[in-house]
Amino acid sequence: MFRNIFHVLPELLWCGFGVLLMLLQPFVKSRQALTFLAMIGAAAGTLVTFFTTVGSGFSGLIQFDTLSLFFHWLVGLVAFLVILSSESYLQRENLEGAEFYALILFATAGMGVLASAQELLTAFIGLEMSSIASYVLAGYRRESIKASESAMKYFLLGSFATAFFLYGIALVYGVTGSTNLAALANASPKGTLLPLGLTLILVGLGFKVAAAPFQIWTPDVYEGAPTPVSALFSAGPKAATFALLLRIFSTVHAATDYWFWAFWVLATLTMFVGNLGAMVQNNVKRMLAYSSIAHAGYTLVAFAAVTSVRGDPQAVAPAYAAVLFYLASYSLVSIGAFTVVSEIGGQGERYMTYDEYAGLGTRQPFAAAALTVFLLSFLGLPITAGFFAKFYVFKAAIRSDLVWLAVFIAINSIIGAYYYFRLIVTMYMREYKGTVPADAAKGMSPTAAMVVAVAVLITLYLGLLPNHVLQIVLSRPLMLSAR
Amino acid sequence: MALNGHLLTFLVFFPAAGALALLWLRGDDEVWIRRFALVVSLVEFVASLLMLRAVPIGASGYPMEEFAKWITWPPINYHLGADGISMFLVILTTFLTPICVLASWQGINFRIKEFHVMLLLLEVGVVGVFLSLDMFLFFLFWEIMLIPMAFLIGIWGHERRIYAAVKFILYTMAGSILMLVGMVWLYNATGTFDLPTIQAMIHSGQLVLSERTEILLFLAFFVAFAIKVPLFPLHTWLPDAHVEAPTAGSIILAGVLLKMGTYGMIRFCLPLFPGAAHRAAPYVATLAIIGIIYGALVALVQPNLKKLVAYSSVSHLGFVVLGIFAFREISMQGAVYQMLAHGISTGALFLLVGMLHDRRHTFEISEYGGLCAPMPKLASFFLFVALSSMGLPMLNGFVGEFLILLGTYQAHWDWASWAATGVILSACYLLWSYQRVFYGDITIDKNRQLKDTSPREAGMLWALSVVILWMGISSPFLTRRFAAPCKAVIEMMNPNLMHEAVLPRTVTPQGGLQEQTGRERLAQR
Repeated sequence: MFRNIFHVLPELLWCGFGVLLMLLQPFVKSRQALTFLAMIGAAAGTLVTFFTTVGSGFSGLIQFDTLSLFFHWLVGLVAFLVILSSESYLQRENLEGAEFYALILFATAGMGVLASAQELLTAFIGLEMSSIASYVLAGYRRESIKASESAMKYFLLGSFATAFFLYGIALVYGVTGSTNLAALANASPKGTLLPLGLTLILVGLGFKVAAAPFQIWTPDVYEGAPTPVSALFSAGPKAATFALLLRIFSTVHAATDYWFWAFWVLATLTMFVGNLGAMVQNNVKRMLAYSSIAHAGYTLVAFAAVTSVRGDPQAVAPAYAAVLFYLASYSLVSIGAFTVVSEIGGQGERYMTYDEYAGLGTRQPFAAAALTVFLLSFLGLPITAGFFAKFYVFKAAIRSDLVWLAVFIAINSIIGAYYYFRLIVTMYMREYKGTVPADAAKGMSPTAAMVVAVAVLITLYLGLLPNHVLQIVLSRPLMLSAR
Repeated sequence: MALNGHLLTFLVFFPAAGALALLWLRGDDEVWIRRFALVVSLVEFVASLLMLRAVPIGASGYPMEEFAKWITWPPINYHLGADGISMFLVILTTFLTPICVLASWQGINFRIKEFHVMLLLLEVGVVGVFLSLDMFLFFLFWEIMLIPMAFLIGIWGHERRIYAAVKFILYTMAGSILMLVGMVWLYNATGTFDLPTIQAMIHSGQLVLSERTEILLFLAFFVAFAIKVPLFPLHTWLPDAHVEAPTAGSIILAGVLLKMGTYGMIRFCLPLFPGAAHRAAPYVATLAIIGIIYGALVALVQPNLKKLVAYSSVSHLGFVVLGIFAFREISMQGAVYQMLAHGISTGALFLLVGMLHDRRHTFEISEYGGLCAPMPKLASFFLFVALSSMGLPMLNGFVGEFLILLGTYQAHWDWASWAATGVILSACYLLWSYQRVFYGDITIDKNRQLKDTSPREAGMLWALSVVILWMGISSPFLTRRFAAPCKAVIEMMNPNLMHEAVLPRTVTPQGGLQEQTGRERLAQR
């Protein structure tokens, strides 16, 4: 029985450090010490994956395989960077650090469970762990009305979506008599209950990844939440939920064609809603929120490719690789972008509109240059990570004959070019009309600058040498039970 | 397939190294920044001349090549190569860049360091485009070129610069995304991004595309290049971008960037999709002819001198596209020649217009008049360049236009007839605008005290004028070196096409003059 523990070592460490932080909070007054401890916790959970046993644990509830490993590393890195970047934010807003970090670590543990879940109720546990921590994190700035609004919205809508998820699980159980994905793999696609159950599951998970038409919560929640938390939202839960989606919809063979069209429609809707919504935004945080919807859409295109080539073992590995690479590159770039926005936002997140970014190229050259690199990566310009990410999705789409989706990606990239360039143009080619805020004149705090520098380096590294990451994904079978 | 050391890599990345080094200089150290940028661009120019030695006369294929594995999956290689056509385009680029640096000596007076960094990065992108033999690399450099150009227009440009910069980016990006779709499709079909390999596969019949696929792929690439050329009706970004760009930006934009579109047509559209190119040729030629005449007519009625020159670019490049899509060896040679000639002539025209702007800060023709008196040297240079632009024999514009019209006439006499009217119209708008600006009485007092060319300006103009004259007189020096690649492109399109040459003394692809009349050559077949 104890051997099962070794399959979930990362989650144990993350939860353990979270609890430790909460226990130490009355005694330790230094914010730096708490940050340091939290960072060690995030790193420890990530590094312990080397010692985690590969394979099925807890009688098939958890499966630690290459997919799990990838996502554990991703969410661990995300947590590490978010914790580091939020230190100055918490200092500025005068908020308690320990609970914040503990919640992040709990959320990360939940995301880890999501990534390794081989069984639907375990997935639900992971989903709830990460979601509830996220709800609290969204409303962390207690004095801000906007934050409270975003927390309420997230909580209500999120619970609603989780209810859909549970209902779907119930229907699936009713039909197949099991909630384990391995058992579902051989379920017969006949009848209406199984597809209905899977649809409800898709709705619940679609909410989490901000796929249209379940994306309404995203702009408001991202805008109201503390900016480092928005960074976490755009990177961690999204990636982990995509991992779960990958597991479910590539393992479960029921109604293949049905899922292909579902993802096709979802991808198209999400891309267009995200990009068209971002075009008209004046608030940088909202724009980034809509852009995260758009990027979820691009990932869903890769999903459509995955579901459409399930029969072909040659083509399926590149499609998976496209999804994973896109998630990795988008998550890390997004953290960098939100960190810059958080630093420029100033005390109380006052400076969030495009007008406040005018002339940033001269006022804060490093921040402006870093943000430009991130925006160019979102756009998909060569030598940034986003270019190869989009390119691989393109390849997967065309390989699976999804020509229309490829055309839609192209059209949406052009729409995206418009609003990303609008911000770049504002930063470099417009004059700043207001008075320079006193606290912004100092530039970014050292910790935030470190995070941003790391993100820039990763962006350029993935843009020039994407091979190394891809080899990890392509060299071995992704899921132990995958076809 | 000689791998000549690392000259090509040096040419592509040396300006980037220069830009990086520039970043270390202090921002207010104006003089040294300009000098350093000038030295970097001159070294680049001299290095590019070394290519002349390496590409022998009459060589086909790619005499200079460099190859290195970059990404294993998908197989993307760092494959550079130069043949006669791309060599001269690179030399054109490296020649115009020092001119741009010199042209901005007085004109640009804020954020000088960033300006020169952007200029050098732009050079990296453009040289990379011309030298890439891997489709992916081509696309990469194509996109890299976008950002510095947009910044050049948007930060150092004139009143409506932001509008022009954003328009430029969106138009060009729309085209390049289409091109990416086409490239990925081709990769899926062939399993490689390597251009010579794909060309060989199509030519040998190993890869057969269905008609519909071929035409769609052709369009994907063609639209991207047509936006860049620009071909009517996708030309609307050009007047704005040109007018609002700073002088150096306009020179590089008109001189080099527009040629990337026509170069792409020669490299991609024709060899890879010959059937589709044949079927599309009448439509493309129609658009080209409309561009020639429409561009010239609109130039005729422009009150803004820079916009006039911008529309003249539309008109002249319509000739180039016509020459390419006539599918004759002579017209293809003329098209390549016209690309180079137009680069120099129109670059010089923008330089001269920029000099006027440096003095009076306006481009309106009505603000000038009678400038021959205070600025005789400038007026002389302007006349010389204008004459070359309209195609006066013995100057470079004539060679290109004549070869294009000759080759097109052999294929379709009606196309050539319509296009020839463009020659007349170009004389109209250039001479008329020259008369309004330089001749007549001085009506505005400010014009009386205008200073003639400074030594720096005179030096640039002399360099350009010498090149114009030299290109006009000793054109065989150039045509001999790109005749074989042009012939190779035509042959790749259809091995049964007759190569007609009705000049009394023709230059054979093997180099050297051939003392045969055209009739004798035809009789030999």
